[in-house]
Amino acid sequence: MSKELNTIEGKAGISPKGVARNPEAADALPHDSVLSALTSLTATVQDRRTFLRLASLPCITTCLTPCVGSWPRVAMDADPAPTDDSQFIVEAQFYEKLPYKKIRCKLCPRECVIDDRERGYCGVRENHGGSYYSLVHSRVCAAHIDPVEKKPLFHFCPGSLAFSVATAGCNVNCKFCQNWDISQARPEQVRSTYLPPKELARLAQQYHCPAIAYTYSEPVIFYEYMRDAADAGHELGIKSVVVTGGYIQQEPLKKLCQGVDAIKVDLKSFSEKYYKEVVNGELKPVLDALVTTRKLGMWSEIVYLVVPTLNDSDAEFRALAQWVKSNMGVDVPLHFSRFYPQYLLTNLPPTPLETLERAKAIADSEGLHYVYLGNIPGHPAESTYCPKCHRMVIGRIGFTVKETHLRKGKCEYCQQAIAGVWQ
Amino acid sequence: MYRLEPNRREFLKTCAAGAMFAGATHKLGDFFPAREKSKVVIARDPLLRGNGSSPDSGQLLKMLDRAMQALYASDSPLEGWKKVVRPGEVIGLKVNGLAGRGNSTNVLLVDVICERLREAGIRQKDIVIWDRLNGDLESAGFRIAARQDRMRCIGNDALGYEEELSTYGSVGSCLARTLTRVCDAVINLPVLKDHGIAGVTIALKNWFGAIHNPNKYHLNVGDPYIADVNMLPPIRQKVRLHICDATTAQYEGGPSYMPQWCWPFNGLLLSRDPVALDYTGWQILEQKRSEKGMKALKELGRAPTYIATAADRQHQLGTNDPKMIERVEV
Repeated sequence: MSKELNTIEGKAGISPKGVARNPEAADALPHDSVLSALTSLTATVQDRRTFLRLASLPCITTCLTPCVGSWPRVAMDADPAPTDDSQFIVEAQFYEKLPYKKIRCKLCPRECVIDDRERGYCGVRENHGGSYYSLVHSRVCAAHIDPVEKKPLFHFCPGSLAFSVATAGCNVNCKFCQNWDISQARPEQVRSTYLPPKELARLAQQYHCPAIAYTYSEPVIFYEYMRDAADAGHELGIKSVVVTGGYIQQEPLKKLCQGVDAIKVDLKSFSEKYYKEVVNGELKPVLDALVTTRKLGMWSEIVYLVVPTLNDSDAEFRALAQWVKSNMGVDVPLHFSRFYPQYLLTNLPPTPLETLERAKAIADSEGLHYVYLGNIPGHPAESTYCPKCHRMVIGRIGFTVKETHLRKGKCEYCQQAIAGVWQ
Repeated sequence: MYRLEPNRREFLKTCAAGAMFAGATHKLGDFFPAREKSKVVIARDPLLRGNGSSPDSGQLLKMLDRAMQALYASDSPLEGWKKVVRPGEVIGLKVNGLAGRGNSTNVLLVDVICERLREAGIRQKDIVIWDRLNGDLESAGFRIAARQDRMRCIGNDALGYEEELSTYGSVGSCLARTLTRVCDAVINLPVLKDHGIAGVTIALKNWFGAIHNPNKYHLNVGDPYIADVNMLPPIRQKVRLHICDATTAQYEGGPSYMPQWCWPFNGLLLSRDPVALDYTGWQILEQKRSEKGMKALKELGRAPTYIATAADRQHQLGTNDPKMIERVEV
C-alpha cells in the first residue's frame, strides 16, 4: 500500500515505520556524495544529529527513478531534546493589530482573530504580545526530489526535477488529506530541520533541480519562507513553483506572483457546500485566486480530485469546465485526479476509472485543450496531445516523460503552439 | 451457559410484567426509573483570600473539602475522594495553563488536590499534572518535573501524541499520550472564563488541551467539535471528576488573561457531569456580564451552543436542562 501511495500526486513520501527513525540506516545509503553534501549543510544547522537523522535515510537522490525517495514519515512525538525554535520565527507579513493584544490574520480568507499566545487555524502562526509570527520559516519537515509531473505540472519544464519542500500546517482541513500527518500538525509536533532559503536554493542547484516546489502541506501558511526561498532561488537561476489550495487573500497572492514562476491550484470542488463540509474552506476565494494568477500571467494548472459521491456529478464537471474556459481560457491544463481513501474519508472507495473518464469527456466537450487524468499510471490521458492535429506531443507513464515531440513550444507535426513554460 | 440476551419465554414474561405495571400506573414515566439529576456543587468563600490578593491555601482546602463532601454526600472529604480514585492508579490532573499566572488553574488548588489524593492512597509518583505545553505550565506557575519516581508535571509537547487518529463525528485527532498511556484516571481542572470564539471555556473545552490539532476546531463557536472531542473514548472513559477553578473568573476577553474583566468569584464548581457544569458556569458568566451592562453571548454570536450539542441524543455527555441539574451551594 505504501508503495502505491508513494506514486500518488502530491503525496509526501512514506518510509516504513521503524526504519524512519533508525539512524543506522544511514549506512545503507547508496550515494555517499549526496550524504556528504548534506553533511556539509549541517554545519549551518543547530541540531546536527536531528538533521542527519532526517537527511540520511531517504535518498535525496536523482538517479533511482523519477519518483524519488522520501524523507522519513514525520513522527507525532516530540523531540526529546529541547530545541531552540527562535531560528524559525519571523514576523508575519500580513496581519492587523487589534485592541487588547489581539490580531487579525490577513493572509488567508479565514481572517482568524487571535488572542495573545494563541494560534490561527493553520496552527503555525502565533500571536505574541499583540504581534503575529510565523513559526515555520526555514522549518522544513518534508523534502524530496520529485519530477515536476508529480506536482502535477505537465506544461512546465516537463521531465525536470523539483526540489520539493514543506513545513507543518495547513489553512484548511480536507477530510481526504493524504499528508494529514504534517498538514494537520503543529510545527513542534513533527520532526523538522532548519533549511534557510539560501541553503535550499543551493541544494536545488546541487541536485540539478531547475525548480523548487512548495508543496505537500499548504505553502500559503509558510508564505514568508516561500517568498524568501523563491528570491534565493532566482539568484541562482532556480525557478519556484507553488502547489496550493489557493485559499489566500488577494494582496499576498499578488505579491507572491511577482516572485514565483508557476502555480498549481487544487480546486477541490465546484460547490460551496463541499468546500464547507469536506474542506473546511470556501470556494469563491479560490476561484478569485485562480483568476488573479491568470491575469498576472502566472503559469497555472488546476487539479480536481474526484471523490466518489461527493463531487463527481456531470453537472459539477460541466460547471467546472465552463468556468475554466470562461475565466482561465481553454489552454489551462485541468487534471482530474483519482481519490484514494485517506484520513477521515476511509469509507469511500477509490474513484472508478469510468468516473474520471466521464469527467474528461465532459471537459473535452466544453473545448478545454489539455485535460488529464491523474493517479492512474499508464492511462493515455496522462499524455499531452496537440489540440490541432491531436497527435501526442508529450508521452508520459506515471510521472515519467517517455517521449517529447515539441520544438520550441510547438507541435513538431503541425507547428501548433502548445501553451506552457517549456524551458 | 450464560446468555446476554433473554430467551423468548423470558422476554415475553418481562414484557407482560411491564405492560401490567404500565397499565396500573397509566404513566410510562413510572415504568422507567427517573433519570438522576446531575449535581453541580458551587463552593464559595468570601474570606478565601484573607488580606492578600491570592487565595489562602488553608481556606482553599476547606472549601474543596466542603465541595467534595457535598458532591459525594459523604461524611468526610476523604470518603468522597475514595470514590474518585483507587490506590495504585495513576491520576492525571488536566490543568489549563493558557492564561499565565493571571487566570490559569491555580497552583494552590492543584496543591491541595494532590494533598487529598495522597491521603486517599495515591502515591506521589502516581500523580501527573499535565497540559498542552511545558511552556504553558511554566507560565502558569508550575514547575516541570518529568522523573517517573516522583510527582510529574509535564506538557504534551514533551510526551507527544499518538500516531493514530481518534475520530468521532467532526473530529479526527491524535490524543496526548499522557492521557492515553500514562493516566488510569483523570480529574479535569478547568478555569471559569469567557472565550472569544467558543463563548465560554470551562470543562468541555478543556479537552482541546488533549489533542494535537485544537486550532482546527474553533469554527462555528466550536460546535459540534467540542462535544465531539469529548466523545473520544479515552476522554469519556478516564475522566472521573471536574473541578472548575473559579477562584478568579473572567467574563470577557478570554481565553487570554484580561484583568479588567476578571473578578474574584472565590469559588469552585464541582461536578461529575461536564455538561451540567458548563451550563452552570455559563450562567454565572452571563449573570456577571449582565451586571456589568454587557451583551449576552448570544447577541454577540458566540453563545456556547456546543453545550446543548454535548447533551443531545447523539452525545449524551450530560444534561443542560436546568430542571435536571441539582445546584448545591456550600
